Amino acid sequence: MKLKTLILAGIAGATGLSAVAASPALAQGDQFFPMLVYRTGPYAPSGIPVANGFRDYYTLINNRDGGINGVKISFEECETEYNTKLGVECYEKLKNNGSTGASLFNPYSTGITYQLIPKAAVDEVPILSMGYGRTAAADGRVFEWVFNFPTTYWSQASAFINYVAQQEGGFEKLKGMKIAHVHHNSAYGKEANPTLEALAKKFGYKLTLLAVDHPGQEQKATWLQIRRLKPDWVFMSGWGVMNQVAIKEAASINFKMDNFVGNWWSGSDADVIPAGKGAVGYKSATFHGPGAAWQVHKDIVKHVYGGDESKAKANNVGEVLYNRAVVNAMFGVEAIRTAQGKFGNKAMTGKQVRWGLENLNITEARLKDLGMEGFTRAVKVSCIDHETGGPIVIQQWDGAKWSIVSDWIPTLRDVVRPMVETAAANYAAENKITPRTCN
Amino acid sequence: MFYREAGQFKTSYAADQTVFPIVQDRWGVAAMVAIAFVGVPLVASEYMLQAVLIPFLIFALAAIGLNLLTGYCGQVSLGTGGFMMVGGYMTYKLTTTFPDVNILIVFVFAGLCAALVGFVFGLPSLRIKGFYLAVATLAAQFFLGWTFNKVGWFYNYNPSGTITAPPRELFGITITGPTASAEVRYLVVLCIVAVFAMMAKNLVRGRVGRSWMAIRDMDIAAEIIGIQPIRTKLMAFTISSFYCGVAGAMMVFLWLGSAETEAFDINQSFLVLFMVIIGGLGSILGSFLGAAFVIITPIILTNAPPMFGIDLPIDLQKHIEIMLFGSLIVFFLIVEPHGLARLWQIAKEKLRLWPFPY
Repeated sequence: MKLKTLILAGIAGATGLSAVAASPALAQGDQFFPMLVYRTGPYAPSGIPVANGFRDYYTLINNRDGGINGVKISFEECETEYNTKLGVECYEKLKNNGSTGASLFNPYSTGITYQLIPKAAVDEVPILSMGYGRTAAADGRVFEWVFNFPTTYWSQASAFINYVAQQEGGFEKLKGMKIAHVHHNSAYGKEANPTLEALAKKFGYKLTLLAVDHPGQEQKATWLQIRRLKPDWVFMSGWGVMNQVAIKEAASINFKMDNFVGNWWSGSDADVIPAGKGAVGYKSATFHGPGAAWQVHKDIVKHVYGGDESKAKANNVGEVLYNRAVVNAMFGVEAIRTAQGKFGNKAMTGKQVRWGLENLNITEARLKDLGMEGFTRAVKVSCIDHETGGPIVIQQWDGAKWSIVSDWIPTLRDVVRPMVETAAANYAAENKITPRTCN
Repeated sequence: MFYREAGQFKTSYAADQTVFPIVQDRWGVAAMVAIAFVGVPLVASEYMLQAVLIPFLIFALAAIGLNLLTGYCGQVSLGTGGFMMVGGYMTYKLTTTFPDVNILIVFVFAGLCAALVGFVFGLPSLRIKGFYLAVATLAAQFFLGWTFNKVGWFYNYNPSGTITAPPRELFGITITGPTASAEVRYLVVLCIVAVFAMMAKNLVRGRVGRSWMAIRDMDIAAEIIGIQPIRTKLMAFTISSFYCGVAGAMMVFLWLGSAETEAFDINQSFLVLFMVIIGGLGSILGSFLGAAFVIITPIILTNAPPMFGIDLPIDLQKHIEIMLFGSLIVFFLIVEPHGLARLWQIAKEKLRLWPFPY
């Protein structure tokens, strides 16, 4: 290689590097939402509808309402590939963007949430890990900057057991029953284990934990074990490509689909469609309605896609994970509205958004105004309780669409809450945090 | 013109044996170290430190570790991620059990644990070579990953199996945990990497390094001239794993802040191996160049299009980045199969004649 080429290459590299530090300037006075997304890699089937849901809801607020009380929303995506290291890089890149810094982070990865929890408190940026992340964060005294309402993995697992009891005819029927938990072998997948174990002790069912390694494309051995074990119920905590593989495998061993329940990250359209007919009857937990028949979807089609329904459909409108992102984006926007009620109609800082999240009170009437009546449930967050322990519903796949097949199933709060408080206290002790008091 | 050694006479053995025998090199390295210690913390943004420089230095240390084993001793290893995992998890376990012990001492002990594990997994190297050894070390990667996932004792039985760096102080300044500033963490990483790189540089120039290279070049010949393969190979495994262990400890405590076994998966091992191969086998400088290439190039590629005002969809941009990065690897390996360090060597030779080459 010629010396000249070498030097040129060196200069080119150096210019590139020096320019990295500069980030694009954004319009003044905007409320900035950072978006950690994954549109590539093995988790893209789950990541794309989520990213589209956020983008469309923010666009809807801008196009329909002219922003949040007149404050325009700006947002920027950063690709994480569901990888914790890239997630941290994205966080550093986006946290100071916008006129008031990042409003709040929705990491959409339990691993990334774990990374960001300690940092967020220092940088004063709230984290809204809606139904994922560290369950102990439900204790707002220790985790001031983290919110995981409307409900958590532990609450969800307890509600699943509650659902099984309902189906079998009472908690006493659980005794001697075999329940298997097929989970992603990561912080995320393991979250539900302690609750399932505690409840196994309480109700006397036999729990088998089956871990599936990242990314979950190979599950023959797991399902062979299930075939041998013949569990009465299988609960699954999967994500990305793992879900569709598991459903296909379950179908191939003729497991009774009615008794196969995924958690709320294991029940989207992309998970069941590849399994074809085999997936019919598969159930999953959720906390919002499926489909695109709600008022908010009509608004999105009208204001974001200009009435073009086929384009909306191509952008996942109405898919389960898309709807979840819409609910999540709505929580974020409403938190800012709540904060504006106290601090005035301007772009909110992370600190003010945190106040808004903690005092968030979305009533049924408010949901109706938002075009989400019946789509999801009212939520009221408090200082001590960042989770609210909301109930879940079970949805079932009929081969063409998801439909709700149960009432709202309450979580077993008397079991879960003490566990949350113990875990939070341990975390506080380990990291030398003095819990604040809530009045 | 400037890069000339003419007139630099060595009058003692000490002068002849210095690490950097050429005056310009000495000044160059001193200037780089000064910039790294003083200049960078003054000007670099938090993003630059946290997302670019800290990971670069940590991976450079891991690459040095692997280079000692693969580049100098010729033993291919795919267990790097596993040995880093030992470092990370043992630091967590030790510092939560003994919170009052200085964190740097904990790093060293965690490194020693990794060294012990490396010693054990190095035993097969006495019997098997080349690709077969690579497969045996692959077992280390998977076994260690499984262990740290399965045995709750290592992560204090917390429900998710994630380890989190607690705040620890050094001379009254918080250097780990969320409250430690990026500048402080960068300086700590830099100090550790500088010391260890210097140690490695001296190690490979001395008797130990020479015996490694003898084993690498032809083990039978080395044995005949009196080098014990057992001792030499195991020493390479032990010291290499020590370096990787410290790198893993820094990764959790000074960079990420928390981690699960996923952070040290097989991709990590490959990544470090690529750094060593692209940077240059058997070169300390190459470890730095390789780490810089592998860590920094993707970041530049991600940030480049928006800077030139090109607004690409994020997924397309990612895919372009992956393709460009892949072709750059191929390009460099075709241009110089001996790695970036060799390119630098060629550049140095040309510089001596510049601007009047003959």
